[in-house]
Amino acid sequence: MSLIYNEDQQQLLDSAQDFLAARSPVAAQRALRDADAAVGFDPQVWQGMVELGWSAVAFAEDQGGLDFGFAGFAPIFEQIGRHLSASPLLSSVVLCGSLIEQLGSDSQKQGLLPGLIAGEQRWALALEEADRHQPDLCDTRAIRTDSGYRLSGCKSWVIDGLEADGWLVIARLEDGQRGVFAVPAGTAGMTLQRRQMIDARNMAQLLLEDAAVDASALLASDQFEAALELTLDRGRACLAAELLGCCEAVFAMTLEYLRTRVQFDAPIGSFQALQHRAARLYVQLELMRSSVMAAFEALDRNQVDPAQRRQLVSLAKWKANEAAQLISNEAIQMHGGIGVTDEYDLGLFLKRIRMAQSQLGHSAFHVSRYAGVRLS
Amino acid sequence: MNELEEFRAETRAWLEANCPESMRTPMPSEEMVWGGRNVEFCSEDQKLWFERMRDKGWFCPDWPVAYGGGGLDVRRSAILDAEMRRLHCRPPQINLGIWMLGPVLLEYASEEQKQRFLPPMARGEIRWCQGFSEPNAGSDLASLRTTAVLDGDDYVINGTKIWTSYGNKSDWMYALVRTGPMVPKQKGISLIVLDMTSPGVSVSPIDLISGKSSFCQVFFDNVRVPRSQLIGEINDGWKLGKALLQHERRAMSRFSESALPTHFDLDEYVKRCLPAPQDADEVALQQRAVACLMDEQAFSLTNRRMIDSLSARQDVSGLMAISKLVHTEQEREKFEILLQLLGNQSMGWSGDGFASRDLDLTGAWLMSFAQTIAGGSSEVQLNVIAKRVLGLPDPVQGVRS
Repeated sequence: MSLIYNEDQQQLLDSAQDFLAARSPVAAQRALRDADAAVGFDPQVWQGMVELGWSAVAFAEDQGGLDFGFAGFAPIFEQIGRHLSASPLLSSVVLCGSLIEQLGSDSQKQGLLPGLIAGEQRWALALEEADRHQPDLCDTRAIRTDSGYRLSGCKSWVIDGLEADGWLVIARLEDGQRGVFAVPAGTAGMTLQRRQMIDARNMAQLLLEDAAVDASALLASDQFEAALELTLDRGRACLAAELLGCCEAVFAMTLEYLRTRVQFDAPIGSFQALQHRAARLYVQLELMRSSVMAAFEALDRNQVDPAQRRQLVSLAKWKANEAAQLISNEAIQMHGGIGVTDEYDLGLFLKRIRMAQSQLGHSAFHVSRYAGVRLS
Repeated sequence: MNELEEFRAETRAWLEANCPESMRTPMPSEEMVWGGRNVEFCSEDQKLWFERMRDKGWFCPDWPVAYGGGGLDVRRSAILDAEMRRLHCRPPQINLGIWMLGPVLLEYASEEQKQRFLPPMARGEIRWCQGFSEPNAGSDLASLRTTAVLDGDDYVINGTKIWTSYGNKSDWMYALVRTGPMVPKQKGISLIVLDMTSPGVSVSPIDLISGKSSFCQVFFDNVRVPRSQLIGEINDGWKLGKALLQHERRAMSRFSESALPTHFDLDEYVKRCLPAPQDADEVALQQRAVACLMDEQAFSLTNRRMIDSLSARQDVSGLMAISKLVHTEQEREKFEILLQLLGNQSMGWSGDGFASRDLDLTGAWLMSFAQTIAGGSSEVQLNVIAKRVLGLPDPVQGVRS
């Protein structure tokens, strides 16, 4: 493994580029927003992604996967970012798939994974209870009953939670440990409320009031914390790769604008004040790419010890957050008036970038987490 | 085991057997070994390490064996680099000739010049300095005015060079001189090499805000240099100079890396000065320090990616162009944080009231200001990125921006 794409990854990158340019360009994302569909993505585009094998990339062959390794997601999410493409790949496959794969019993895996990989079933992770990412916070309770558990609590931010086929709900058991429950759609005692976000994607609040589930809904809990952390790290790396792709697109738009926009009888990109700012954005883009690649290298075959993985993933998400903050803001400023119009695509990128920055940990969160490893 | 892993194992074994224990410790700046006519060693171990690496051809591992190099490809020399780092081996010598002039000679010099200059360089026998900047030619280097006028078989050189590192301790200089007209100013420049003991060369050191420095001003008063020492084509030196500066940017970041490997280890200072940050100011300072460490790691990963890209024969000009800018700005940020961590203790100037390590820190902080200026200021680096990497248009003459 190295910090540049190998041939297989390059092929994935190229095919993702072709597919998304044809089926999910930025204009399609705009149309989805204007249609105001709660589901937030185009089911046919999602089906196309599944047919390309994206939902199977990281799973072992005996589970119906392609056994490509986790690093296959780097080029895919980079292209997803470039095209601003919405899909449940992160929520259902990367996050829920990873938890089920690690914690599910054989029968749970057989019951859940094939449908998830085939795109027939879509799961969403119900973890977050606070407005900022706090993965350790959990006031949702699971009370043992004769036949199973009763779940109560409020999951404030569930990505792709609307119209899901089920939710993986993180709850605290009576012994104080946390566990994860696979709660299928239609379970009584659940209320979903749509949260309409700036990026127009699918976000829900999930309220659980004595939602009753079978005992078999609980995934194995002895390795829960380690499994959740690895799962979230996988999601963080994918978000960082998506941010990288978003930033590449935004930076390319900005360079094009600097070359063609004429003021004072000259292309504004010939002005040194703007050239230097653009050069600094390029520096951040390159530092971001190196950090993202290192995170995927660490995650690829799980050969890296958890502390090192934690450090590299937090580095990647932090660097992606910070670079994306600078690049998106500077891009809009350098575009001037057109940059703040709804007609222009830059605003759509800005809105997705802010959401992706916040999801699974903003910058300060990852600085603290990194410090926990580096300074220990 | 593939060939590369075999090479790694052999290299590791060789280094373990041949790098003396005392050469695997952090290197104080006064213990740096500079190759050259007057090479000095502080210890027997230093001499041994110097000679062993020299005889292996590993002063310049990636040069052809024919010119005294080690003949290693990119991947193998990266492995050697990594293994030396792993064992904390000190660089056996510092030699700017090898890092900067060498690659340009390999590409542009005549066969006769390569035979004459490269092998002694590869053996660490000549210490080189660089004569580029002049008092009125800094960032606008092409406006240089030191002249070389042909007289018989010699060029006669008059003028002055400034910011020449170790001009007072070097054996030879490579210099950009004007051999043609000023208009257009890039066209009349040539690259020439000369012996610093030539009659008419005089050198005076320059004091900086940090105190004594390695920078010198060099004066040329009718210095005669044989015409065989002009490198490449006459009046074509700008191209060579630009190539040299590309190597300089990399060498500078490598130099500061090898000179002070763990000298001011920010991790350690943070742990020592802020063992358990409680107050808001301590927490804020720790966050700033950690962000600096993270940026440093992102940069070192970028260097690793550059090696990976090189061995896959991908274009790395963009990564090379950001290297000096990023490294020197990160260093400056690091020293500013160290100043805040240590408070007054880091701002001592002299005397017994301060540990020598603290005084070194004061000096290194003040020197960090010079690093973002020397070797092409950060603004010049940004120009290069904007123009060559991003392809942004040249300024239009007469336009007010």
